Amino acid sequence: MRSIPAGRVIRFALLSLGALMILAPYIFMVSTAGKTQSDIFTSSLSLIPEHFYFAENFAKALNKVPMATLLWNGVLVCGLIFFFQVLVAIPCAYAMAKLRFRAARLMMVLVMLGLLVPIHATALPLYVAFDRMSLLNSYTSLVAPFTISVFAIFMFLQFFRAMPDDLIHAARLDGMSELGIVARVIVPNAWPAVTAFAIFSVVAHWNDLYWPLIVVSKQAYATPPLGLMYFRAAEAGDDYGALMAATLIITLPLVAAFLLAQKRFVEGITMTGLKG
Amino acid sequence: MSALSLRGLNKSFGANAVLNGVSLDVEAGEFIALVGPSGCGKSTLLRILAGLDHADSGEIVVAGKDMSAVAAADRNIAMVFQSYALYPHLTAGQNIAVPLAMKRLSRTQRLPLVGSVLPGQKEIRAGISRDVREMATVLKIDHLLDRKPGQMSGGQRQRVALARAMVRQPSIFLMDEPLSNLDANLRVHARGEIVELHRRAGVPTLYVTHDQAEALSMADRVAVMIGGNLLQLAAPEAIYNDPAHIEVARFVGQPRINILPAVADAGRVDFQGIRLALLEKVANGPVSLGIRPEFVKLAPDGRSGLAGRLERLEFLGSEVIAHCRLDASGDTVIAKLAPHEARDLIAGMPVGILLSVEQAMVFGPEGKRLRIAGTASVRQEPAYV
Repeated sequence: MRSIPAGRVIRFALLSLGALMILAPYIFMVSTAGKTQSDIFTSSLSLIPEHFYFAENFAKALNKVPMATLLWNGVLVCGLIFFFQVLVAIPCAYAMAKLRFRAARLMMVLVMLGLLVPIHATALPLYVAFDRMSLLNSYTSLVAPFTISVFAIFMFLQFFRAMPDDLIHAARLDGMSELGIVARVIVPNAWPAVTAFAIFSVVAHWNDLYWPLIVVSKQAYATPPLGLMYFRAAEAGDDYGALMAATLIITLPLVAAFLLAQKRFVEGITMTGLKG
Repeated sequence: MSALSLRGLNKSFGANAVLNGVSLDVEAGEFIALVGPSGCGKSTLLRILAGLDHADSGEIVVAGKDMSAVAAADRNIAMVFQSYALYPHLTAGQNIAVPLAMKRLSRTQRLPLVGSVLPGQKEIRAGISRDVREMATVLKIDHLLDRKPGQMSGGQRQRVALARAMVRQPSIFLMDEPLSNLDANLRVHARGEIVELHRRAGVPTLYVTHDQAEALSMADRVAVMIGGNLLQLAAPEAIYNDPAHIEVARFVGQPRINILPAVADAGRVDFQGIRLALLEKVANGPVSLGIRPEFVKLAPDGRSGLAGRLERLEFLGSEVIAHCRLDASGDTVIAKLAPHEARDLIAGMPVGILLSVEQAMVFGPEGKRLRIAGTASVRQEPAYV
């Protein structure tokens, strides 16, 4: 057997330690989800549960919370947000990256400014507006504020700038309208950027508690993090095993989706072949 | 009526004038090469013609119709780009079909799903794929139709780009340095093919290149553009043998023409004892004498011609380039010799430089060509013998 160089061992050990530190809370969560109440509150800290209580905890989590509704709300809200973000951002970024018009500079400034303003700053006026329109407790109020994402515009803008001008010129000479160019040339070639953005967008909105907490007060419209909060407040006061089991269920789709998207994302970057 | 005429096109980016009143006529079926150093405005001219950019002033007339205000898509002008600009997500066949689909299918027929159930579109699509196949056969790329651009070599991509441009039978064909991304062997081969395709299709073609060999070998007429000005438009032979401007003479020809400082005095040009009579009136003062390297001979014994020194020899196989310096003025003179003429030459030796003055050209102080009277008045003085 060949000996492994010491430098490599050290590097590997350091990286493993880093990864372990990042993963520790999640691992602990998985372990807690499998413990009995008494297990959790013992003074000794053990990772392996004494009695495997996974089934009971998961059953409790699934019974006490309308888990299907929560997950469905999460998927629907994230999906709608992502769809509208891409729908708005792609034409907008295309225009700013490849068309010459007088307000282009001004728009760039506005995008930059938009990046600086967090949702927390505009939350109150938005809340008041949704209240006046009687739209609180609706999917509209969950989705609408995020449909125009300056971050998406900014990200696509960078990506589109790198697309060769000749490609767009060729499309124009082939008889495509500007919208045709977006639909037939830009979108099919933009999917690495779209996948990358999807990770950011879906992670942010799946995990978002702040905004749903403001506009939603009914369980029927609760997104997963909000549902968890209801669960903790109403049902499980100190039943951490069930709470961790519920959390695990809620984080699983995201972890799975992320792993899938990551593979596609790497593929996308290497496969675009945009270079002439 | 010309197939295409450009009248007084001006374009500037900020204070930087890129085109200065460029006028150009392309006759039906003609192949014109637009040649010039990089940054001379030739690509800008092409883009304006295609409708991808707008001129500040001037007219573009295609077959008698003013096209200045017509959108790129409606000009029926096809273009081959330097980078080929193939759609990377489509196969070669789909790439070639795009312009036909845009032209023949209606907006609703092009829609995905909905379009494929509309009446009439099936026949049109069949016609498109037939034309694509036909075009591909002509260009010998029919075996590549299912490949994507990323899976093709540069030469294959270039053919697909050509096919995409030719398939819709445009009224004008524009090419922006289509061969510059190919390796040298392939480039020479592709030159011949493009000329052959042009002959077959007969579509007037404007071909932009910075490679003078391409321009001279392919075109019916060559337009030399330098610094935003169209300096000369003539047959390749005339461009080389009879340049209208010193910049044209300098740009065309490899190695470059020798430009020597001479003096005009009372209708005669004098260069180190060589006197030429001018046909045109010119103010007394400095002018330039141009002579191509192939009209310079060297006398190894140094007993005839202008006294000079051989500084360097470049052996290029079929020819030898000799770099010499004139003793009297320090000017560099380049001679293109046959290998047997260079047999006795050694770098560093003194040589006699013989200029075939009947082949010399005189350029005025602004670079305009000045005509000289016949060779009768040419006299090479034996002062340096």
